[in-house]
Amino acid sequence: MINIFKTSKSVALSIDEFFDKIDLGILNFTKGANNYIENNKAEFDQNLKTINILEKDADSIKRKIENEFYLHSLMPHFSSDILNLLESVDDIMDMSKDVLNQFDVETPHIPELIKKDFLELVSLASKSAESVVPAARIFFTSPDEVKEKIQKVLFYNREADVLSNSIKRKIFQEFDSLRLSEKIHLRYFALHIEQVSDAAKNVAHQLSSLVIKIKM
Amino acid sequence: MTFLFFLSSGLFLGWTLGANDASNVFGSAVGSKLIRFKQAAIVASIFVILGAVLQGYGGSDTLGKLGSVDALGGAFTVALAAGFSVFWMTKLKLPVSTSQAIVGAIIGWNFFSNNPTDINSLTKIVTTWISGPILGGIFAVLLFLLLREFLKRSKIHIIKLDGYIKYGLLLVGAFGSYSLGANNIANVVGVFVPSVPNILVDFGFFTLNGTQLLFLTGGVSIAIGILTFSKRVMMTVGDSLMRLNAETALVVVLAHSMVLFVFSSQTLSDLFVSIGLPPIPLVPVSSSQAIVGAILGIGILKGGKNIQLKVIGRIGLGWIVTPLIAGLISFFALFFMSNVFNLKVSENPSQFVKGEIVNDNSSLEIDSETKVIESIGPHIEGATTIDIYKPVVFIIIILLILLIVYQFFIINKIKEKDKIEEFQESLERYNSQQQLLENELKLTNQAKLKLEKEIEQKEKEQKKVALSIIRKNKILEDLKSGIDHLKSKPENELKHKDLNSLKVSIIDNLNLDKERKSFDKYIKEINNSFYQNLVNKYPDLTENEKKLCSLLRLKLSSKEIASILNITAKSVEVNRYRLRKKMNFKRNDKLVKELRKL
Repeated sequence: MINIFKTSKSVALSIDEFFDKIDLGILNFTKGANNYIENNKAEFDQNLKTINILEKDADSIKRKIENEFYLHSLMPHFSSDILNLLESVDDIMDMSKDVLNQFDVETPHIPELIKKDFLELVSLASKSAESVVPAARIFFTSPDEVKEKIQKVLFYNREADVLSNSIKRKIFQEFDSLRLSEKIHLRYFALHIEQVSDAAKNVAHQLSSLVIKIKM
Repeated sequence: MTFLFFLSSGLFLGWTLGANDASNVFGSAVGSKLIRFKQAAIVASIFVILGAVLQGYGGSDTLGKLGSVDALGGAFTVALAAGFSVFWMTKLKLPVSTSQAIVGAIIGWNFFSNNPTDINSLTKIVTTWISGPILGGIFAVLLFLLLREFLKRSKIHIIKLDGYIKYGLLLVGAFGSYSLGANNIANVVGVFVPSVPNILVDFGFFTLNGTQLLFLTGGVSIAIGILTFSKRVMMTVGDSLMRLNAETALVVVLAHSMVLFVFSSQTLSDLFVSIGLPPIPLVPVSSSQAIVGAILGIGILKGGKNIQLKVIGRIGLGWIVTPLIAGLISFFALFFMSNVFNLKVSENPSQFVKGEIVNDNSSLEIDSETKVIESIGPHIEGATTIDIYKPVVFIIIILLILLIVYQFFIINKIKEKDKIEEFQESLERYNSQQQLLENELKLTNQAKLKLEKEIEQKEKEQKKVALSIIRKNKILEDLKSGIDHLKSKPENELKHKDLNSLKVSIIDNLNLDKERKSFDKYIKEINNSFYQNLVNKYPDLTENEKKLCSLLRLKLSSKEIASILNITAKSVEVNRYRLRKKMNFKRNDKLVKELRKL
């Protein structure tokens, strides 16, 4: 009981640190994907390396937070919801890392004509993910302000969905020079990038329901 | 001793009150595991006793005015009747409160002993029953708004807030327990006040008079109820009554505690009088109803959607039904006690009284607070003084020594136990990890076996096809020699029969090409990864050399390979030599063995 202040302070700091890692991870994802599309191999490799380290760090911080929650019975009514939220935020990082790894392993060929669209898709997915982190951060201090923050996330997610569909349509209908295997390959990459913004949307939905729960 | 025997019914009432009502104070915190039961029980027990001894007089005074149960037997019966009513109504799942039961039981005594019921006191009491929950609601709303505004402005991290709330719940719980003791002690031992012996007990540092000692005993009985039986109630009833978040639970418990405090604090009442307001009636109020009032208040503030009118109806029903049932039980119990056991239930001569049990000290009347305030310090005139300071100090020293020795052994035992547990835990962890690894290994081995079997099967199939090709080639050879034989025969000797036999042989071998294709397909299918590895290691090999490698890998002889590739065995040998050279194999290196490694 005496240590509870110390524990809660340390957990609050860990949560902040976790979000810092996620923020950095998303930035690396944006840079990494842009570098790949623009054929900057050396920079891309550096981004890939950084995101792998950040993901590892975020995972270990998340595990530490989980332990503290269970060990000290922190927020018994909401602990599972909060830990699920952190897990979903971590999913954004995991997906970002996976996309960069797929770029590295599968080295998809992106035709010049569609590069601009891919860059735009990366930007929208990143913006969606970047906007959800402040929303998740503010949930811990001012839950009332979460609602206005998540609007941005949903907007960027919708935009990313639309652009992703348009890319897929272009690939299959306008690029006759590409082989079917190349088209399918590119389609999957559009889908993977889009999934980063879907993960952000998932966090946004969890945040909305958690705010309602906590206010009840 | 007689007094203590008769007090047992009050102590039973105290025990049930402790077991049930502590959940109103700590139920939410313990039920949701914000606070451990042990901590809650210790804090609640200490503060209930403090509240009872320091501030328990007010409520007892009002109950005394309603009906001064002046005989010990009467007090015993009244407390028993109230306790039984609470027990019985709880069993029947009817809304019940100790406060209302004891009032009903006293009125029952009034009726039985022909004592007039003080209407003013009764009105005062009934008013507080109604105003208690309402005040609880008002306090809860105000506190909730204050807390909400504070939290909005302060922007405390919710994890840190959780820590503050845990402490808050403990502090508020302590205050709630103090108020519960102060307010509800009158329910437990209030009826015994007129019969209390005129004694003073000297504890060395302080002295308690008979009434305070009575409150202390009542407080201890509530504490025992908390320590022994409240855990189950807290874990079940406590949480179901208040399915609220931690902040709201804090507000609700604080509002409830404030209501109990307001209706038991003489100082607050005096303060009201000093500023020209009417005094606050000091009346025992129902702890459960105060808490329900607080919850309803917050429910109304949140829009009133979840308010169950049934709950309000049940409270109202409790106000009427509980005193009525307790009054009836009390009346009949008094009749039974006085007529069957000849127990004196009232000093006032009554037609029913036949008993002769008289308590010399039972006539002590406490009708003003001054008397109690005086009794906290110096002695009351004529009272018997009991000095228990020296024996108590002596006993405490002995107990302390015993405790230290006991602790020493216990600590050692716990340390040993911890070590064993730690060892066992690590052993279990190690075993489970080992088990996990073994399982993984088993699965991998199974998968490996399956793959090996598949490879074996494919190899068998390949060999079968290869052998079939060899056989076909042999048949073709036979055919060739058959034709040669026919050719060597003179033309007129050409027999229809010979030609037919040749035709049959040809039809049989028509499938040759098909099987060769199938063989090639098999070779490619099974050797997919082998080809990949071969190309990675030896990129200069030609298609024919790759094919030769795959056939060598199947451990086929040169003759067999020659038959399959439709070349001579000599050519196979030459190709084999070239392959060795191209692959930079030494004289001692075994080609087939190396190829199988790929």
